[in-house]
Amino acid sequence: MTDVPSVVDSRADRPARSWREFVTTSGIDTRLMGMLIALAVIWIGFDSMSHGKFITSRNLWNLSVQSVSIGVMATGMVLIIVSRNIDLSVGSLLGFLGYTMALIQTQGKISVLGLNLSISSLQRHQWYTWILALAVGLALGALVGLFQGVIVAYVGVPAFIVTLGGFLAWRGLIFRTGGTKGQTLSPLDTTFTYLGGAPERSLGNWKTWIVVLIVCLGIVSTILLARQRRVRHGLAIRSTAMDVGFAVGGCAATVLGVWLIAIKYRSPTTNKSVGLAYPVLILIVVTMVMTYLAKRRRFGRYVFAYGGNPEAAELGGINTRRTVTYTYVVMGMLCAISAAIQTARLNSATTNLGVQNELDVIAAAVIGGTSFSGGVGTIPGAVLGAVVMQSLRSGMSLLNIDSPSQDIVVGVVLVTAVAVDALLRVRNRRGMLGALAGGVLVAAWVIQTGRP
Amino acid sequence: MPTISPASSERSADMTPLCELRDIRVAFGGLHAVDGVSIDLFPGEVVALVGGNGAGKSTLVHTLSGAHPADSGEIFINGERVVIHNPRDARLHGVEVIYQKLALADNIDAAANVFLGRELRTRTGSLDDEAMASATQKVMQRLNPRFRNLKTAVRSLSGGQRQSVAIARAVHFNARILIMDEPTAALGPAETSQVRDLITQLKAEGIGIFLISHDIHDVFDLADRISVMLQGRLVGTVNKVDVSKDEVLAMIIAGKQPGEVSKEEIADLHAPAQHTAE
Repeated sequence: MTDVPSVVDSRADRPARSWREFVTTSGIDTRLMGMLIALAVIWIGFDSMSHGKFITSRNLWNLSVQSVSIGVMATGMVLIIVSRNIDLSVGSLLGFLGYTMALIQTQGKISVLGLNLSISSLQRHQWYTWILALAVGLALGALVGLFQGVIVAYVGVPAFIVTLGGFLAWRGLIFRTGGTKGQTLSPLDTTFTYLGGAPERSLGNWKTWIVVLIVCLGIVSTILLARQRRVRHGLAIRSTAMDVGFAVGGCAATVLGVWLIAIKYRSPTTNKSVGLAYPVLILIVVTMVMTYLAKRRRFGRYVFAYGGNPEAAELGGINTRRTVTYTYVVMGMLCAISAAIQTARLNSATTNLGVQNELDVIAAAVIGGTSFSGGVGTIPGAVLGAVVMQSLRSGMSLLNIDSPSQDIVVGVVLVTAVAVDALLRVRNRRGMLGALAGGVLVAAWVIQTGRP
Repeated sequence: MPTISPASSERSADMTPLCELRDIRVAFGGLHAVDGVSIDLFPGEVVALVGGNGAGKSTLVHTLSGAHPADSGEIFINGERVVIHNPRDARLHGVEVIYQKLALADNIDAAANVFLGRELRTRTGSLDDEAMASATQKVMQRLNPRFRNLKTAVRSLSGGQRQSVAIARAVHFNARILIMDEPTAALGPAETSQVRDLITQLKAEGIGIFLISHDIHDVFDLADRISVMLQGRLVGTVNKVDVSKDEVLAMIIAGKQPGEVSKEEIADLHAPAQHTAE
């Protein structure tokens, strides 16, 4: 990926050079490509082991819905880890926010950190109940994020400690919210449950195609606009063939993927195409917004600059404390979105909602190429990381492998992914292949011996 | 007999310095890192700040760059008193710094580093990466025409290229006062000569440069005046043409004024002096 100086270039053999040139000029993220290949290998592997049960539209559709909650939060965790911090509180915060939102829908009570507000008109179902619940959840998530972020950035308590405190406190607060002593809250507002993604409550045929159309228009216009801007500023542009190739390839992949997974999957009861699930739509939007935030807003630039070199960011006149605080605010709001999705899916809120999610979210971000040494990570990578993890779990469930064995495999994959990444960074190709082979062998052995 | 003067002897008395630091004091706890130092800088001039480790050179310029504000003292830029609390203030007054450790974010590209903290944005508030890349390309053409790795993270650049990025940052924003903290410390010989050419070029453009350096040869090649510090105090400011390297070394090591120092003392100095000169 490195643009080698010309002296070295002339010595490199032709094919290697042109491939490298292609990668450099196209701006392809090689790490993301590697992950896509790994994902394909996992899918094909599970499909052959389960005799064709894995790559079916029904299974992949479920997989897409199950990946959403972790994927949404992982996009925020990227920014936090990139800026050399951590958030261990996301699972507990998700539980707390989910519980608060459910309380509004089931008992008409807004209970925010000891303040109880009973609204009589909310006792009955109102058209705006779900909007109010979501708004309160987002606001409360942002507030909690702000609180934790300020302690990390301005008070100077290490993020690990602050969010460890949050991990304990937010979970504990569930039991004191609204004086419910932690009873399960159910059922939720009907409109709200659309966020959960059941086959009968999804986009259906034609709305899915509208989404696909919008996404394709987005891909084409992004490529075109980028090209225009580069021309206007007299910068080198990619060849027309390459740009057309990316546009066509991107649109084709979108159409094909959606058609295979969401359109071909027909509801068992009505035999109509199910279409994309609402939570998947949310994940798509969150990924795009977060990528925009990370790549094309000052906030994102500052997060990465701070993660790369905190001193340089400070000397550059960046308000680094505010930047760090905002990463937690964003994380809190993403927790609220995931909380809504999880509660809507269960149609209830329980006290153990989101238990262990913090670990899954961190693992997804790390599998997706986010580095703990700071400054490195991508939003799409983290989402892909969540899909990889969910694919492993879902595939193993399909093979009837028990949950403890699943944990072993995910643990092995996590460490292998980071080892491969670290070895690639120092260009130790042999070591990388060794680590990859070792990890895959151990994972395969655990899977094979764990089958009933 | 060399003259010791706060301003260059060739200058007329009514010329205003580009930058003047008066009676600057900085203390870390009980330690007086900078203890009542005054220095000045004229347009198109290079003033070298020399002294041993812990003499207070970096701390002194940090008060001008905003990295660490002074406890007391006054800063004048173009004859006007200014207050500098942070790097942002310093930049508003045309003060740019090239730090010893370059202060680049390794994980982002050259343009992002050049514009770090001062990003160009479009009307919608998005980063205008293309405008920044194009501007960086233009500055680089002036500084280092062979530079073309605009899109790679600066981590993968050579020392000289990284130095160009750091200098481009200062040059693009029309610095009037440039602080260079050991600009050649991390560089090979070819890159060092590149930086020297650049300093000469910037000087010709009327930029005033404070040069902090350990390298007495660099100092004698590049500087017009030399301010020597020892233990937080200013030993003196001399015109380069008026003094010998030995006399400056005597100032650095023993705090002796040129002319105060005898031939024997200079001979004594030569064992440690050779270390310093390396």
